[in-house]
Amino acid sequence: MSAQLPPGLQLEKVDERIMTLNVGPQHPGSGHMRIIVQIDGDYIVACDPDPGYVHRGEEKMAEYRNYITNIPHLERPVIHDSCNILYPYVLATEDLLGIEVPERAKYVRVIASELNRCVYTLYWLAIYGIFLGHSTMFMWPAGDRELFIDLLEKMTGARVTHAYLVPGGVRNDLPANFEDVCLRQVAYFEKRIAEYADIFYDNPILISRTQDTGVLSRSDAIRLGTTGSVLRASGVDFDIRKKEPYDVYDSLDFETNVLRAGDAYARSKIPWLDMMESCRIIRDALSKMPKSGSVRVKLKPNPKGGDESVYRRVESGRGALGCHIVSRSKPEPYRVKLSVGSFRNLVALPYLLKGEKLGNMPSVYWSLNYWPVEADR
Amino acid sequence: MDPEPPAPSGTASQMLSKFPGSEIVSDKADRPQVRVSSEHIHEAAVYAKDLGYDHAESVSGVDYPQDGQIEVVYHLGSYSNPDLEKSILALAVRAPREETPSPGKDSTRLPTLRDVFYSVEFHEREIFEMLGVYFEGHPDNRRLLLPEDWADLPPLRKDFDIKGR
Repeated sequence: MSAQLPPGLQLEKVDERIMTLNVGPQHPGSGHMRIIVQIDGDYIVACDPDPGYVHRGEEKMAEYRNYITNIPHLERPVIHDSCNILYPYVLATEDLLGIEVPERAKYVRVIASELNRCVYTLYWLAIYGIFLGHSTMFMWPAGDRELFIDLLEKMTGARVTHAYLVPGGVRNDLPANFEDVCLRQVAYFEKRIAEYADIFYDNPILISRTQDTGVLSRSDAIRLGTTGSVLRASGVDFDIRKKEPYDVYDSLDFETNVLRAGDAYARSKIPWLDMMESCRIIRDALSKMPKSGSVRVKLKPNPKGGDESVYRRVESGRGALGCHIVSRSKPEPYRVKLSVGSFRNLVALPYLLKGEKLGNMPSVYWSLNYWPVEADR
Repeated sequence: MDPEPPAPSGTASQMLSKFPGSEIVSDKADRPQVRVSSEHIHEAAVYAKDLGYDHAESVSGVDYPQDGQIEVVYHLGSYSNPDLEKSILALAVRAPREETPSPGKDSTRLPTLRDVFYSVEFHEREIFEMLGVYFEGHPDNRRLLLPEDWADLPPLRKDFDIKGR
């Protein structure tokens, strides 16, 4: 029977001890992705991630729109982190079009993307909490996320999908008294975030479930090309904001967080520590920002790039986010490729789950700081 | 018959351009771009790894129907060499393009770099389904993002048109 079926549709021959489980794509423990696991009793013997359930062809769509009209749809893969996913595209477009950005706009962009990083990380943390059966850790970050969403709404007019970063600056200037409101919200959040340790990170149940689970060594983290919190939890000090500073990150005061354990606990802790650094960056940027001035340069209608290709990258909530634009002297880009952190970290999933208990799958999977929609694009 | 490894002098793109059939696309600081022939892409990748580029940041496929070719660009970065941490080496290679593609069965194929850079595994699978470039020697040449029953052209080829545009 199976010999007559075309390739890819044949029935699998499996050992009678081994059972194949399809987790997802509509499962609370997988997000919008299918993870095909083969289990022997309680142990995973093989894992085959199957992304693509929410593939939307962003890269194809980008070839049909000009550099400006690409902005609202390119942020769709991660609406919670929309400033950061637009950042490399906007930087690459500015390189192509030869645009110089006003100083004040650079600071406003940094503030917007750090606020967005907190929005994303809190949402990710809420889901991590509920994956591990910790309902309070779902409620707290989901509630505190509103602080940043309110700030971004004041800045951009939209709660999510801001489309705020544009080639040449930002779409509009900050509202009056933004600085005071922002400092007040950030100060409150900094008190609040310390309490996460009491209920979650110092919780013995969380520690017993995540410590020494899914350990990724330093050399493997480099070899697999992982990025962001996954890489830094394995002891590699690599943050693009420090290593290849864009806009004004080189003039701001912050540290990168590095842990050495490489397990799911370390991977879940790095984004939390990063949020504290984000608060520092926001406060520092607000104090150093020029108090007045233009935030956007006027572009020619339908600007054309040259005959070249550009690759720019930034540090998003999920790690390095690169954008490769090939331009062929047309108002539309010839090719736009987004290299996203989620897709790059996915390669570690089969590697880490092999030999792990099935019950540890959610904690290992979500500790990779993975966003299924972003990986699919 | 392996070519002589180039002498270590000059920028990364100058060194890599010594492989026969290679050309420097751009020699900007921190963003060297070099195009290598498909016969030498594997040696060039091993050479780039010896220079300190230890992982792939991104792999893009670009369709050039006017040249009858499909280009694959590997963007290589380095975590372990502090001198290269700002640098992204773009290593491009071109495969012949078929007018009526039959992915996996036609001449649009390239040697895989999966054995040199483990991190290209999913990127190469994506390019296989999106542009129809078959990577010879890749251990897992399957679809990744598209539906299992996709029977149309590889969608990132330029002759795959979006309706209404």
